[in-house]
Amino acid sequence: MRRRNWTIPYAVFLAIFVVMPLLLILIYAFTNADGAFTFANFRKFMMHPEAINTFVYSIGIAIITTLICLILGYPAAYILSQARFNTSRTMVMLFILPMWVNILIRTLATVALFDFLDFPLGEGALIFGMVYNFLPFMIYPIYNTLQKMDSSLVEAAQDLGANPLQVFIKTIFPLSMPGVMSGVVMVFMPTVSTFAIAELLTMNNIKLFGTTVQENINNGMWNYGAALSLIMLILIGVTILFSNDSDDTSNEGGVI
Amino acid sequence: MQKSDCIIGIEHVYKYFGDKAVLNDVNLFVRKGEFVTILGPSGCGKTTLLRLIAGFQTASEGEISIAGKDITQTPPHKRPVNTVFQKYALFPHLNVFNNIAFGLKLKKMPSATITKKVKQALKMVGMTDYEYRDVDSLSGGQQQRVAIARAIVNEPEVLLLDEPLAALDLKMRKDMQMELKEMHKSLGITFVYVTHDQEEALTLSDTIVVMSEGKIQQIGTPIDIYNEPINSFVADFIGESNVLNGLMVKDKLVTFAGREFECVDEGFGDNVPVDVVIRPEDIYIFEPSEAAMLTGTVTSSIFKGVHYEMMVQTPNGYEFMVQDYHCFDTGMEVGLLVKPFDIHVMKKERTCNTFEGKLVDATHVEFLGCVFECKEVKDIDPETPVKVEVNFEHVILEDNEEDGKLTGEVKFILYKGNHYHLTVFTDWDENIFVDTNDVWDDGDRVGITIAPENIRIIH
Repeated sequence: MRRRNWTIPYAVFLAIFVVMPLLLILIYAFTNADGAFTFANFRKFMMHPEAINTFVYSIGIAIITTLICLILGYPAAYILSQARFNTSRTMVMLFILPMWVNILIRTLATVALFDFLDFPLGEGALIFGMVYNFLPFMIYPIYNTLQKMDSSLVEAAQDLGANPLQVFIKTIFPLSMPGVMSGVVMVFMPTVSTFAIAELLTMNNIKLFGTTVQENINNGMWNYGAALSLIMLILIGVTILFSNDSDDTSNEGGVI
Repeated sequence: MQKSDCIIGIEHVYKYFGDKAVLNDVNLFVRKGEFVTILGPSGCGKTTLLRLIAGFQTASEGEISIAGKDITQTPPHKRPVNTVFQKYALFPHLNVFNNIAFGLKLKKMPSATITKKVKQALKMVGMTDYEYRDVDSLSGGQQQRVAIARAIVNEPEVLLLDEPLAALDLKMRKDMQMELKEMHKSLGITFVYVTHDQEEALTLSDTIVVMSEGKIQQIGTPIDIYNEPINSFVADFIGESNVLNGLMVKDKLVTFAGREFECVDEGFGDNVPVDVVIRPEDIYIFEPSEAAMLTGTVTSSIFKGVHYEMMVQTPNGYEFMVQDYHCFDTGMEVGLLVKPFDIHVMKKERTCNTFEGKLVDATHVEFLGCVFECKEVKDIDPETPVKVEVNFEHVILEDNEEDGKLTGEVKFILYKGNHYHLTVFTDWDENIFVDTNDVWDDGDRVGITIAPENIRIIH
């Protein structure tokens, strides 16, 4: 058998589980219930302030979550990358360990914890839950780039007269941008589309865009739901394009 | 040396990594404007010494001063030195211009000055018009030039170079050597250069510092180091040489290879074991005649470009390397002659292995972390600390590590004309020295045994 034939199973898999669903979303988004071509679904979204509000709110929550993750995650990744704090990688393991537990179970546990502490569920709890769930996705890629960074570059900066702060601003941070970028994408993407965490941690009081999509599809509004999904997909696509632009030199950020 | 013209002072510096002393009481003074090369095999501590001067590591003990100021604890960004790194360490996120301007921008110089200085530095390293190139798009040699420009643009008092040419190919390396020498002349600043390449050291330096195992072995001009090596390590490391065991009978008379030779060295005392060094180009080789001091058979003859390199075996089993413009074929009988002036006599660093040990009982002694059987000792109580001596030739090396009491790794091999003198680094972290006729390779893992009757115990 020729080697190129080995790709057939994968091609079939991709066709059925990736290309087909995407095409279906596209078709559904531009048709009405009768199957006729229409922009009505998008018009409905545009005319529907509640939907737009949810959309903007979701993006806002995702941006806040990503920022908090970055602010918390970068120092953590930096500390972990310093050999003296992390001789056996135990610390890294501890940060990664929560990811072994299913996200729903983790979130349910968080709900239980908040109940126990009498902490009101709502926006605060939602952001906490998102940060808690997605922080490792920020830490790991940044840790990876920092750890692989040639230590002689840091020494070169010191040697040329940079104090520790300048070394960080002028060398370490710019060089860790690929990791930061993949961290941002990996946190932003799931947070903008999540709905389970929002449902559980706000007792269904706060709706995110993901929730709207899910509700519409659950209620049989396939075409409208598909249009909303498409909008979200485009948004995520734009984020990835944006992050790839700023990082054409390397992809060492490395997804897990 | 006068303190006033000394730019770098290193006094009693020790550096430990864990328990291991990487630098062991290093003392070095560098004159202003000098080109100093720190030379040694890998792992001898030369790079660590440079890093201590640059400030990337701090000395465990001792004092380092630059231009009269104690900088032992000063962080690297406050030191008046700049470094050229072995793997260049150019910033990949900056272009050539910004790499070179890095240090000047930190000093908040006006941008017109920066542009002027960067252009000058680029001109100096022959890279004009490369300002806006991406550093990743440059070849190794070009990157190295940018790295040098980045360092010298800051006008440091001392330029530190950590094997800067090691990653370049031979031709490029030769060209860069000449350019570095030119640069040193025109800049007039002090260069401290680290290398393991003895030829590079001889070519470039005003002063060579030979290091081995964390200690400075010898400091001197290239000519001194080459002609008057202080011990067998330096003799073997710098250039080719014949190193033999000898006996200084009296002043100006030494025996080796089975006969007496006149020499010019004196002051060793009478009947003292010494090492004798003869450079292969200092041995005269000719058809057997009356004038021959030694006779022998050529065992190999290799054309080396300018000269032939021949191995000559004497009837009593000594081998000499001889270099000559004339070729004597393998199998030919030849005569050899050495002039007194060309025989260089060195004090032996040691004449036998000496270890600190402890008596376990009357027939067992503990040293190098093992208990060895020994001849019965009567007058010393068990548990007493003792000194243990073992002759080089009485240490037996085994191919299989399991066959030895101790295990270790062959680290340094010196051919002494009729046998090999090995330094074996034991897993107990101490060296044991071995004389053997067997051929071992650098890095071989060996088992080590010593027969009971060959262990001498001294109270």
